[in-house]
Amino acid sequence: MNMSIQEFLQHMANGISLGSLYALIAIGYTMVYGILRLINFAHGDIFMLGTYLTFYGIIFTPIPWYIVFILAPALTGLLGLVLERLAYKPLRESPRITVLISAIGASFLLQNLGILVFGGRPKAFPTPAILEKVLNVGGVSIAIVNFVIPIVTVILLIGLNYVIQKTKTGMAMRALSKDYETASLMGININGIISITFFIGSFLAAMGGIMWGVKYPQLMPHMGVLPGLKCFIAAVIGGIGNITGAVLGGFILGLGEILLIAFLPTLTGYRDAFAFILLIVILLLKPTGLMGEKITEKV
Amino acid sequence: MRRKVILIILSLVLVLGTLAGCGAKETSGGDSDVIKIGVFEPMTGVNAAGGEMTVEGIKLAHEKVNTVLGKKIELVIADNKSDKVEATNAVSKLIDKDKVVAIIGSYGSSLSMAAGDVVKEAKVPAVGCSPTNPLVTLNNDYYFRVCFIDPFQGTVMANYAVNELGAKTAAIIQDVQQDYSVGLSAYFKEAFIKLTGSESSIVGEASYNTGDQDFSAQLTNIRSLNPDVIFAPGNYGESALLIKQARDLGITTPILGGDTWESPEFLEIGGAAVEGIVYSTHFTSEAPVTEVSETFLKEYKEKYGKDANAFAALGYDAYMVIIEAIEKAGSADPVAIRDKIAETTNFIGATGIITLDENGDAVKSAVINKVENGEFVYLTTVDPVN
Repeated sequence: MNMSIQEFLQHMANGISLGSLYALIAIGYTMVYGILRLINFAHGDIFMLGTYLTFYGIIFTPIPWYIVFILAPALTGLLGLVLERLAYKPLRESPRITVLISAIGASFLLQNLGILVFGGRPKAFPTPAILEKVLNVGGVSIAIVNFVIPIVTVILLIGLNYVIQKTKTGMAMRALSKDYETASLMGININGIISITFFIGSFLAAMGGIMWGVKYPQLMPHMGVLPGLKCFIAAVIGGIGNITGAVLGGFILGLGEILLIAFLPTLTGYRDAFAFILLIVILLLKPTGLMGEKITEKV
Repeated sequence: MRRKVILIILSLVLVLGTLAGCGAKETSGGDSDVIKIGVFEPMTGVNAAGGEMTVEGIKLAHEKVNTVLGKKIELVIADNKSDKVEATNAVSKLIDKDKVVAIIGSYGSSLSMAAGDVVKEAKVPAVGCSPTNPLVTLNNDYYFRVCFIDPFQGTVMANYAVNELGAKTAAIIQDVQQDYSVGLSAYFKEAFIKLTGSESSIVGEASYNTGDQDFSAQLTNIRSLNPDVIFAPGNYGESALLIKQARDLGITTPILGGDTWESPEFLEIGGAAVEGIVYSTHFTSEAPVTEVSETFLKEYKEKYGKDANAFAALGYDAYMVIIEAIEKAGSADPVAIRDKIAETTNFIGATGIITLDENGDAVKSAVINKVENGEFVYLTTVDPVN
């Protein structure tokens, strides 16, 4: 098919913008897994909670939006802690599958609580006017928010890598991910580290939620389900547990979806299927993901 | 011990959450002093606003007339969650568990169609308020509706595009998972080609799925085709996002749609982007058509403190049509009620005069509205051609 350079560039801009959003949400997903070996299926619902908290913060408090954008994720982080205490901590000694099922339960619980508390009708996210402005660069239209999302993603990626690689807490996190019992024998406060991990994970989910809300200003109690699944796939593509891999996976997924529709419009209906097919292909060809480390069975 | 307490609390919360999700009222069945009418509408999910607005109208009607044949009428509301599978479950629950004698609903053609076979087999009549796809009532003696159907709505909008906007080319964007969107798009296309006399006047067609949030790829493709008008019927949420993204991409083409756009959420989510959008609907508070419309508008405003829209009015009419049928039938037997609903002629409703044709569809005028200064504004009324 014929496609002008301008049109192609517009598609690329759309894809990068969507991909960086997936990447942002996938980071938190993969971090929790990397450290705790727990697939937190409630991640998408924490993402939803964070977005609603931001909504209420902007609408019902006089606090300026840029402060709410930090406060709401912090509050969501605390809610993440509560979730961990209630749904995961009591099961810490149980088989991994039990915790996984508990995570799915927590996900449903949060969605239904969302319907109860926030109502089933969608709400419009109060996007700050400055982020809504559209720039036109050589026939390619890009809203400011689409510049902000990749920047936020990169800042959080660097920050997170710094925390995990350079700080004492990060060292403890890595120790924990390698061997739970030995780490506790070495005097690491297991509960504290797990709490911090959940706090950061939920903070990142809420950040993703805010960016999502700015770009797609429609809030619904089940809004986290599909992004949650997509970002889980992005995390697996990149190698679950690997933070840089999650960003890579997010970009592959986002660009892939946009280019699929751009070049093969008749396959639009298979957009979500595309993500799952990608997941299957990766699991078949490279189960550890593009950047994942080899998992050696502990004896 | 502590763990157990936590588990019990958690499970209680879970149960409460699920119950709230259903929104269904538990009732003891078999009470002969009560006639139960089921309401089957999306109260959660992507169509929640439509369901809620319809139920507001139904509740108002129920407050006004709450007895028939000397018995109390009870409304049983079942949430179909905007989901085709849940729709079948919800309608089965109304029939099997609640033993309703008639059903009102649902907003969303796909949801109504999902319930079609269930009501047909159980021989319980259903009256749709706003499902406009022709297939809802086709070959189903137990499904009726108090609204017009999409062949008419599609023609109305194609006429508007060609005659009012002077459009020579059009692009269509449809939600492939909604029978409403697919059907309406097809009728628009047919009418548009007929009016312009050229097969190639439809320059592009794009599609998406219910629940999609990103339409940038489809819109970028459409942008390069440069149509005179874009027809994009779909759920209010997806459509508002779609229009917003279209404007962000620099597409200034007029965008047209159908009755589902009439919801406050469409205006809130779309914001400045939906200014100037034109769509067709069933009723407007700005041009009441019958004396019933006048009283309905007044009572609605007293109860809810706002102007009624088309869905509330259709909900009101559907309830009243069923009550009239029960009175005429003189019994609460679903099949007898069905026969009387089918005979509905010159019923004066809030949305106009309702006469059901052989398919169980109402033949009524369409209203064309426009978004102006963040509000729905009445443009004109289009009467059906006989």
